[in-house]
Amino acid sequence: MVTLELDRVGARYGRREILSDATTSAIRGGVLTALVGANATGKSTLFRRIAGQLKGAGTVRLQGAETEDLRYMPQDTATSAALTVYESVILALKQGAGGWRLSASELAAVDGVLNHFGIGHLANRQLPELSGGQRQSVSIAQTLVARPKVVLMDEPTSALDLHRQYEVLAALRAYAAETGAVMILALHDLNQVMRCCSTTIALAGGGIHACGPTLEVLTPDVVRRLYGIDSRVERCSRGCPMLIVDGPAE
Amino acid sequence: MATVTTDAPTHNLAYRGLVAWRIAILAGLAALLLLSVAVDISLGPARYGVGEVLATLFAPGAAELQMRVVIWEIRMPMALMAVTVGASLSLAGAQMQTILANPLASPFTLGLSAAASFGAALAMVLGVAFLPAAITLMVPINAFAMAMAASLLIFGLSTLRGVTVETIVLLGIALVFTFNAALALLQYFASEQALSAVVFWTMGSLTKATWGKVAVTAAILALCTPLFARRAWALTAIRLGETRAAAMGVPVRRLRLEALLLVSLLAAVPVSFVGTIGFIGIVGPHVARLLLGEDQRFFLPGAMLCGAVILSATSVLSKAILPGSVLPIGIITALVGVPFFAALILTKGRKSW
Repeated sequence: MVTLELDRVGARYGRREILSDATTSAIRGGVLTALVGANATGKSTLFRRIAGQLKGAGTVRLQGAETEDLRYMPQDTATSAALTVYESVILALKQGAGGWRLSASELAAVDGVLNHFGIGHLANRQLPELSGGQRQSVSIAQTLVARPKVVLMDEPTSALDLHRQYEVLAALRAYAAETGAVMILALHDLNQVMRCCSTTIALAGGGIHACGPTLEVLTPDVVRRLYGIDSRVERCSRGCPMLIVDGPAE
Repeated sequence: MATVTTDAPTHNLAYRGLVAWRIAILAGLAALLLLSVAVDISLGPARYGVGEVLATLFAPGAAELQMRVVIWEIRMPMALMAVTVGASLSLAGAQMQTILANPLASPFTLGLSAAASFGAALAMVLGVAFLPAAITLMVPINAFAMAMAASLLIFGLSTLRGVTVETIVLLGIALVFTFNAALALLQYFASEQALSAVVFWTMGSLTKATWGKVAVTAAILALCTPLFARRAWALTAIRLGETRAAAMGVPVRRLRLEALLLVSLLAAVPVSFVGTIGFIGIVGPHVARLLLGEDQRFFLPGAMLCGAVILSATSVLSKAILPGSVLPIGIITALVGVPFFAALILTKGRKSW
């Protein structure tokens, strides 16, 4: 089992301190973990700090995985690169591996991840021709093709339609269950979080406001403090807890 | 993935097909290059039959002296210079476009050619030699020194914190205007004789090619190509965007600086030998990108081959258009190349760049 633990982690951009004293219990792998918080509260910063792209105080403790097993998926950006989807996934797999030759198992890994996320039909399409949602699915495939054990994804479903959101989140859960990987997803849709993520980390005021089982963290109280929104939790017809938004906090 | 069933579709067959197709294109380009070089050698003010030329190439000892000199000492260096210069400038342009994420980046647009022209003009107009010991080579040495100075200036500025690729491109364009103005000033004060020398130099010409220059440009290519090749995956990843490449573990900043240094060398040396043939640095990479995509395993050799083929074919044209005379190759490159290039990017409706 892979776990990730933050111990008084801080991060800074230049002189500006974005994040301080972020501490969590051990976040376990095999399930999805959500990272929530209002805009500009440091979600991407925390990811980049964990991924080693930013320096800062504190320690990020990994168990059952090395830092090389970590993959970070930044927010979606368009590209003009003359590459096919298939090539772009190969590229992600071969980073750091050196050689120009591709083995049969490497090609099989690319096929596997494309099929797993339901984008096999896009394999031969050029990247600049893709829609935003297709591009996002390709980014996910790029991130997971090397089968990392620690995965940080910045808004992996923001450009997907409702159906694709469920498909992709189900595929991500299957990946976590199969590999035991720690998977932290920054998400804005709290109902997605309630439905798919076992654990939630809530960021506010440049630090971690709450961290624990999703239903214990995402209470109307915390939602009001994080977003200034009044809400309540009810169950949908299939018994799944849902956050009903009543409006801006009064 | 474990969830994949045995009858899951595979896509690597299509990919293998694509790879085979690209290898075929590279082989085709290489064949085209050989053909073009052969025609280039057999053309010239003195008319020899193809058979005679071939005989001189393969059995120089048996040929007459005059013919041997024309073929081996004049035409061969020119023909091979077209190959090495075309490959160098095209490779330089390709990697500039890659690391700066800008389709307009080239030795020409970043001010290297303009700087070289200014350096050469300093020697021709004012007789300034940066390296007084080598007075006979003062034109290329001055040109090289100024081109390197320009690219090191860009390099130095890009190591500063917070300098983005857009800034680098804009600084390069500022350099173009600065050096062009400085060149115009020199021309204004130049004697008539010096003025015509400067004008001819800036037109770009292969006629001053020697075996020594061919060897130097080939050596620079031989030095830089493997260094780029080793970073093929990382260079390709940069085209997905800086943040994504960094997330894949590519040391973007370091790679960009290393590539900028290599590119400076690749561009400055040929430009100092042959003058302004900057257009190759833009067209070569774009043709390669359209034919082969941007996987550097194919794009890198492809850009070199395209640049070499284009410049070699232009060299042929520069002799064929007006039989008996050799037009400056820089002019032909632009005149013939631009319409061809425009047609290519307009007809190939791919949303690349």
